[in-house]
Amino acid sequence: MNGPVKLACRGVWKLFGDHAERVLAETSGKPDSEALAAAGVIGAVRDATLEVHEGEIFIIMGLSGSGKSTLVRCLSRLIEPTAGEVLFEGRDLLKADERELMDIRRHKMGMVFQHFALLPHLSVLGNVAFPLEIQGVDRATREARAAEMIELVGLKGREDYYPRELSGGQQQRVGIARSLAVGPDIWFLDEPFSALDPLIRREMQDEFLRLQSVLKKTIVFITHDFDEAIRLADRIAIMQDGAIIQTGTPEEVVTRPATSYVAEFTRDVPRAKVVSAGVLARPGTPGPVVVPASARIGEVAAKVFDEEQPVGVADAEGTPVGVLHRQDVLDILLGREPRR
Amino acid sequence: MTAATIAVPRPRRRSLGAARYWLAAAVLAGVSVALSDRLPEWMVEYPRAWRMPIESSISSAMKWLINDANFGLFTFQEFTRSISWCFNWLLQAAYGLLAHGFTIGKGEEAILIPHVSWIALIAVLVLFARRVGDRGLAVFVAFCFAYLVVFGQWASAMVTLASIVISVPFGVAAGLLVGIAAYRKPWVERAVTPVLDLMQTVPVFAYLVPILFLFGFGPVAAMIATMIYAAPPMVRLTVLALRGVPEEIKEYGRMAGCSQRQHMWKVMVPAAKSGLLVGLNQVVMLSLNMVIIASMIGAGGLGFDVLHALRRLAIGEGLEAGIAITLLAIALDRLSQAAATVPPPAHGTVRSGSWLMRNRLAVAAVVLLALSMAAGAVIPFVADYPESLTITTGKFWDHVVEWLNINLYDTITVVKTWLLVNIMLPIKGFMVALPWPVLLGILAFAGWRLGGWRLALLPLALGAFILLTGNWEKAMITVYLCGLSVVIAALIGIPLGIWAVANRRRTRATLTVIDTLQTLPSFVYLIPVIMLFSVGDFSAMIAVVAYALAPAVRYTIHGLNQVPEHLVEAGRAQGCSRAQMLWKVRLPLAMPEIMLGLNQTIMMALSMLVITALVGTRDLGQEVFSALAKADTGKGIVAGLCVAFIAITADRLIQAWSRRRKAQLGIA
Repeated sequence: MNGPVKLACRGVWKLFGDHAERVLAETSGKPDSEALAAAGVIGAVRDATLEVHEGEIFIIMGLSGSGKSTLVRCLSRLIEPTAGEVLFEGRDLLKADERELMDIRRHKMGMVFQHFALLPHLSVLGNVAFPLEIQGVDRATREARAAEMIELVGLKGREDYYPRELSGGQQQRVGIARSLAVGPDIWFLDEPFSALDPLIRREMQDEFLRLQSVLKKTIVFITHDFDEAIRLADRIAIMQDGAIIQTGTPEEVVTRPATSYVAEFTRDVPRAKVVSAGVLARPGTPGPVVVPASARIGEVAAKVFDEEQPVGVADAEGTPVGVLHRQDVLDILLGREPRR
Repeated sequence: MTAATIAVPRPRRRSLGAARYWLAAAVLAGVSVALSDRLPEWMVEYPRAWRMPIESSISSAMKWLINDANFGLFTFQEFTRSISWCFNWLLQAAYGLLAHGFTIGKGEEAILIPHVSWIALIAVLVLFARRVGDRGLAVFVAFCFAYLVVFGQWASAMVTLASIVISVPFGVAAGLLVGIAAYRKPWVERAVTPVLDLMQTVPVFAYLVPILFLFGFGPVAAMIATMIYAAPPMVRLTVLALRGVPEEIKEYGRMAGCSQRQHMWKVMVPAAKSGLLVGLNQVVMLSLNMVIIASMIGAGGLGFDVLHALRRLAIGEGLEAGIAITLLAIALDRLSQAAATVPPPAHGTVRSGSWLMRNRLAVAAVVLLALSMAAGAVIPFVADYPESLTITTGKFWDHVVEWLNINLYDTITVVKTWLLVNIMLPIKGFMVALPWPVLLGILAFAGWRLGGWRLALLPLALGAFILLTGNWEKAMITVYLCGLSVVIAALIGIPLGIWAVANRRRTRATLTVIDTLQTLPSFVYLIPVIMLFSVGDFSAMIAVVAYALAPAVRYTIHGLNQVPEHLVEAGRAQGCSRAQMLWKVRLPLAMPEIMLGLNQTIMMALSMLVITALVGTRDLGQEVFSALAKADTGKGIVAGLCVAFIAITADRLIQAWSRRRKAQLGIA
C-alpha cells in the first residue's frame, strides 16, 4: 500500500471572487472563514494537503459544495489553484507550461466524468479511440487498442453504437474505457457512478474493483456517497466547506472519526465491514486456521465461531501477530466499539 | 395566501405611480404641441444652421477610398475589384450550372453545354428531402419546384438559387469564424456585439448604398450585400452554441490533451453541431430575403421579376413571382430545418469503407446532375421545360385586381380616407409638431427611471445625431408610421395570441402559420397590399402591420404559456373566473414577455418600413431608398443610422422595462 507518492498537493487554495489574491496576501496565506466572508470571496478549496501513493484508491468524499470537485480539478489543473503546489511524479504541475501540460494529460492522465462527457457525434469505438487520435496515433493502431479497452469493460459488440443509444451504465463503461485507452499513470474519477441507478451503481462498483485488481492504477476517486467510499477506498479524505478534515483508511475513519461531522457519517457503517483482523489480534496460540491481518471481521467471523481452536492472524509476510477472541468479534458484529 | 392579500395594495400604488409618469408625459407633450406657436422657433423646428455636414463627410471619405486610397502595393479600388472578380467567377460558375449553361469556344464553333436539367434537380432535391425528413417534406418540395417549372418561374428561380448557393457558405464560414473568435476572446466579443446590434437594426437598404458605391451595380455587389446581411445571426448563434456545450465535455477535451485547434474543431464544434445548424437555417433564410431585396442593385432572378412587375403595376406577374419566392422560401426553410434536426446516427447506419462508399449517395446525385446536362444537350425537353406547356395566372390575377378595383374601390377608399383623415394625419401632425426638446426630455426621463443615467444619455446622444444630420422631421414620420403600425399589430396580435393559447391544437396551428409568414421575404408582403390599396402611407402601414404581426402573437403565446402553473392554480383555488384569471393573473405575469414581443414587432416594423419606401412613403426609409437610387453613400448611411438609432432607443428602453418588471414579479 505504501508505494512512492505519485500525486501530492500542499496548501492548495482555490478562492472565487474579485479580491481572491489580495485576501491571501493580506492574511499571509491563511485566511479564516471570517476574512473570506468579509472580502466577499468564496473559499472553494481551503489549504488542502494530501498525498496519493502509487497503486492506491484514494477517495475524496464530501457533500455537494464541499469543494471536492474543485479540488480534483485543481489536481488535474483544469482549474488554476489560487495558491499552493501540486506535485505529480515529483514535479510541480502548476509550473508546467501549456505544452508540457498537454503532454502530461495526453499520456499520463485519464479522467471519468459524472455525466460521462461522451462526444455525441462519435461511435463507442470513435469515443474510446479519441484520446489516441488526439495524440496522432494511426487509425488501425488506435482502433485495435480501443477495441481492446471496449472488451475490457464488457461492451464488446457495441463498438458501432452511439452514446445516445446506450444506457447510463453502458455510457459510463465507455467513459471508463476511454480514460484507460492511453494507459494513464493517474486515473481521476469524478463521481463516476453518482448519475446511475442504485443497482447499476453497485454493479459498476464491482466492475471498478475488478478492473483495479487487474490494472493497479493510482486512483483519485470523488464521491458524495460515504458507503461507496468505505467500500472502494484504500484511503479516504473527507472534505467539509473546502477543507480536508480527516484523511485515513476506512477503518481509521470509522473507528476514530476526527470530528463530530465525520462521526455523523460513520455512525451507521457496519463495523464488521471496516474493522480488520489485525486490529483485534491479541497474544495467544493460534490453531490450524490463520487469517490475514487485512481481512475484515465480517469476512472471518464465521471461521472464528466454527473453529474449536482460536483462529490465528498473520501479517502480509505470514508472520503470526496473534489470535482472535470470540468476544471481540462478537462486539464488532454487534456494532460496539472494540475493547482495548 | 395571506401574503397575496397583504401584497395587493402595494402594486396598486406602484402602478398608479407609473401611470402618473405616463400621464405627465402625455400632458406635457400635448401642451407643448398646443403651444407650439408660442414656443421659440428653434424648439419646434431644429434650425438648419445647427446642422453638421456628416453626410457630405461620409460621401467624401468614400470618394477618397475609391479614388485615392492606396495600401502601398495596391489601391483600394484594385482591392475591391479583385474581390469582385473572385466572387464574379464563382457566381458565373453557379449561374452556368443552374441557369444559363456554359458556352465553350467562340462564334460559330461555340458549343453550348446546357445547365442542369430541371428533372434531375427536382429528383435530387426530393431524394434529399426524403433522407433528412419524412414523406410529407418530399412531397412538399416536389410541389414547390413543380410550381416553379409549370408557371415558368424556373429560370429566374435558378438565378436566385445560384446566388444563395454561393453566398450561404461564405456567410456561414464568416459567421462561424467570427463567432469562434468571440467565444474565445472576450475582447473580440465586446468589440463585435455592438457592431452586430447595429448591423441587425440598420435597414437593409442602408447596406446596399455603400456596397453599390464600392462594388458597382450588379449581381456581385448584391451577393456581397447578401453575405454581410446574413452573417450576424450566425455569429450570435455560434457563440451561443459553443457556450451551450456541457462543461464536462469542454473539460474532457482539455483532459484528453487536445491542442487549442483540436479542442475547437474536434470537440467543441461537433458537440455544438445542432445549434450551429440552426444558424445555417437562419443564414439561408436571411440570404433569400436579401437576395430578393438586392434585386434593386442588380441581383437578377425572382426579386427582379417582382420589382419589375411592381414598377409597372403588373400585379398578376408580380404575384406569380411572389408566390414563387414564397414557395422557394418555405421549401428552403423546411429543408434546412430538417437537415438541422436529423437525429444523430444510430449504429449500423453509418457505412464504413472508402470515401466513395461512405458518400455514395452524394456521388450518385452529382453524377445524375452531370448526366442530365449531357442529356439536355441532346433532348431539349430535359434541359428546359417547354414554354408552350407553362401556365400563367397573370391574366387571372389582373382580372381579380380589376374586379376589386371596380367593385371594392369605393368601400376601400372610404375606409382608407377616413382612417387617413381622422387618425393617421392627426398623429402625423402631432409627431411633427412635437418640439424636439420635449420628446428627448421625456425619453431621457424614461431612460433615467428605468436604467439610470446611462440609459438617460442614450436617447439624448442618438437623438442628437438625428438632429445634427437634419433628419428629425423624417424621423418623426418614421416614428409615427412605425408606432401606429405597432399599436395596430399589438391590438390584433395580442388577442390572437390569447385566443391561440386556449388549447394545444390552436397553439400549434397558429404557430405554424406564423412560422411560415416569418419565412417569407419582406418584399412579398408588398404585392397584395399594392394590389388592394395601391400606394401611399396607408398601404405602407398595412404591409408593416402584416409583416410585424408575427412576433406580437408569438411572444403573447410564449408569455402566457410560461406563467408558472402554481400561480394559475392558486388563482383557480381562490375562485377566479376565466376573465379574472386572464386579466388579473395571467396577463400581468406574461406582460414582460409580451413587451419583448412588442420590441421585436418594433424592430420588424422598422425594417419593413424602409422597404415600404417602394410604395411611396415620406420618411427615413424614403431617404435611404432615394440615396440608393443616386448612389449617395453619405445620405444613405446617415439615414440608415437614424433608423437604427430609433430602433436601438426603443429596444433599450423596452428591454430595461421588461427586466425591471420581471424582477419585480420575481420571474426573472
